[in-house]
Amino acid sequence: MQPENFYYDNKIVRNFGIATVVWGIIGMTVGLIIAIQLYHPGMNMGNQYTTYGRIRPLHTNAVIFAFVGNAIFMGVYYSLQRLLKARMFSDLLSKIHFWGWQLIIVSAVITLPLGITTSHEYAELEWPIDIAITLIWVVFGINMFGTIFKRRERHLYVAIWFYIATFITIAVLHVVNSFELPVSFLKSYMVYAGVQDALVQWWYGHNAVAFFLTTPYLGLMYYFLPKMANRPIYSYKLSILHFWALIFIYIWAGPHHLLYTTLPGWAQSLGVAFSVMLIAPSWGGMINGLLTLRGAWDKVRDNVILKFMVVALTAYGMATFEGPMLSLKQVNGIAHFSDWIIAHVHVGALGWNGFLTFGILYWLIPRIYRTDLYSKKMASFHFWIGTLGILFYAIPMYWAGFTQSLMLKEFTPEGMLKYPNFLETTLQILPMHIMRSIGGGMYLLGVIVMAYNLTRTALQGKLVADEAAQAMPLAPVQTIARENKWHRRLERKPIQMLVISLLVILVGTFVELMPTLTISSNIPTIAAVKPYTPLELQGRDLYIREGCVGCHSQTIRPFRSETERYGEYSKAGEFVYDHPFLWGSKRTGPDLAREGQKYGNAWHYNHLMDPRLMSPGSIMPNYDWLITQTLDTSLTGAKIAAMRKLGVPYPAGYENKANKDLDKQAREIADNLSKDHIKVKSDKEIIAIIAYLQRLGTDIKVSKTANK
Amino acid sequence: MNIIYFLIGCSVLLALGFLGAFFWAQRSGQNDDLYTPSIRILLDDEQEKDEEK
Repeated sequence: MQPENFYYDNKIVRNFGIATVVWGIIGMTVGLIIAIQLYHPGMNMGNQYTTYGRIRPLHTNAVIFAFVGNAIFMGVYYSLQRLLKARMFSDLLSKIHFWGWQLIIVSAVITLPLGITTSHEYAELEWPIDIAITLIWVVFGINMFGTIFKRRERHLYVAIWFYIATFITIAVLHVVNSFELPVSFLKSYMVYAGVQDALVQWWYGHNAVAFFLTTPYLGLMYYFLPKMANRPIYSYKLSILHFWALIFIYIWAGPHHLLYTTLPGWAQSLGVAFSVMLIAPSWGGMINGLLTLRGAWDKVRDNVILKFMVVALTAYGMATFEGPMLSLKQVNGIAHFSDWIIAHVHVGALGWNGFLTFGILYWLIPRIYRTDLYSKKMASFHFWIGTLGILFYAIPMYWAGFTQSLMLKEFTPEGMLKYPNFLETTLQILPMHIMRSIGGGMYLLGVIVMAYNLTRTALQGKLVADEAAQAMPLAPVQTIARENKWHRRLERKPIQMLVISLLVILVGTFVELMPTLTISSNIPTIAAVKPYTPLELQGRDLYIREGCVGCHSQTIRPFRSETERYGEYSKAGEFVYDHPFLWGSKRTGPDLAREGQKYGNAWHYNHLMDPRLMSPGSIMPNYDWLITQTLDTSLTGAKIAAMRKLGVPYPAGYENKANKDLDKQAREIADNLSKDHIKVKSDKEIIAIIAYLQRLGTDIKVSKTANK
Repeated sequence: MNIIYFLIGCSVLLALGFLGAFFWAQRSGQNDDLYTPSIRILLDDEQEKDEEK
């Protein structure tokens, strides 16, 4: 048998590398801007397109899917070719994958500031973009499995297993969490409502962390760390073991995002149990990585790339220790909705994902340009300022989270809330928020220095676009011909195996989905809970557009500190018409689940125009554009019809007279405002959002008084 | 809460898929040698570099 000559495609790796750095800087800059807005609301430049609620999703999408996403593809395209001793399956598919992914990111950069969002966290992009993501993901899959198919190395190294798990699971998660009913080209409603929608979202949300931020990065770690240290992974056996354990356990952990909500208790406990179990396989990975460096710590002293890897692994270990702890109900009762969670995710994002990416970039770029790194000093500076940045970011946020949560839960000896005004707790933690933005700024500065360093490195070298390699072709497995069992034969064909397993999953999906869609839900309905009026529905869509859910939750947990502050705790039956649910995951401001009728219309008008008029010191931005912009009622009918299709009991034909009802309710609110000497036309957006806010949580109050 | 059965169904199917992959890995000898693969990935590139020099 003759050895075969072939070439590795380095150009695609380089392209994904450039995209990683560029989007990283953009995504982190947006992060810095919104961090500053949390103590200086004027940082939104008085512009609706750059206001926190709209660009916070831009920050998360940019750093997760643009920065980390491109870094995954960079690392996978580099390592997969070498591990399999084969060029990528198709150069054309690689190109489509690259440009398609960048186009999706650009569409996110355009739509999110415009307020076009589904409001599902990390899945904000509207349905046409969801379809594009699915298509490009399939292109990536074909390219990856095609390469596996034509490999020249029989054994699939553990990193490849992590890549495969990433591809399959993300595909399923993305499709299930994108079940939306389109209303127009850029507007849709989630198929599920309330608690069901919440469960789907966090089943997705947690697994996005697991299978986008964790498994692909573990795969990259298993390839690049041994390469960088030039020593084998500590225990290959452990890597296989913890891979299987990790992927079997991770998918069940989602409900820990919904503790103390109206999700059934057993589902919450299931999530907690699996989350606690996760510590074992997670630490398996961290320990395996760190022990790879045993006896080589002298290398870490001189080698800045290994320093990045050590901090990345340590951050991974800390975040995955903290995760199970946070999923314990008692800890979660304090940590949830607070800055503690922001600290937790940034230890993972800045430490684990960020530093691992930087390590790979510093190692890989000089290699494919056949040169040395332009400046080791600059890389060292990047390492130290990045590490300090993480500390300056995380520690104040932990502090802030603890402080605010404990203040919100504190009672006086007489049994009254010690800090009945939410704003008081916000003002207390502003110094920590200032510190956090300094930490984030330091981290960003490091990345900019890296960008310069890598550019100079690339300029002084020359890209080896096609790197020559040589390997023996794969010897055919003799048993295949003899074996007649169809399954055994199938198992040797990864692509066919993939297609069939996806088919099985899809069939299962529809078998399970159909009854759910056709049979009415068994969530206890509350007779007093009625569908939103057309005006309230439009107001709710404005609430979604402005991203209010980014700072205000809409679910009251059954704690005395919360029922005293906000009112009766939330019931599952209250959310049956909420497509999508708007429970939120962070309370930068107070919960709004029972906001309705607490204040007059005039209060809301003034508060939205300038929150500081009603609450001096508030960090909420002005929403003055709601006063000048006219409500678009052209879709009211279509929205009502879509909601009815999803099971909301609007009478047949109501879509035709919905706008009449809308006008009537709007005029009533405008008249009411004019009594307080506020002159506003009834067709303005602010009228709709006031109508929605005044409705929140009032259905139950009505039934309570009715019982008395 | 019908959705939970759907999600559990999805998760179980996914898990079964991975279980199938695991059995495939075991039976096709992927995990027979749990040492050399870790060394092998270090070797290939080094040889390649020597050739270029």
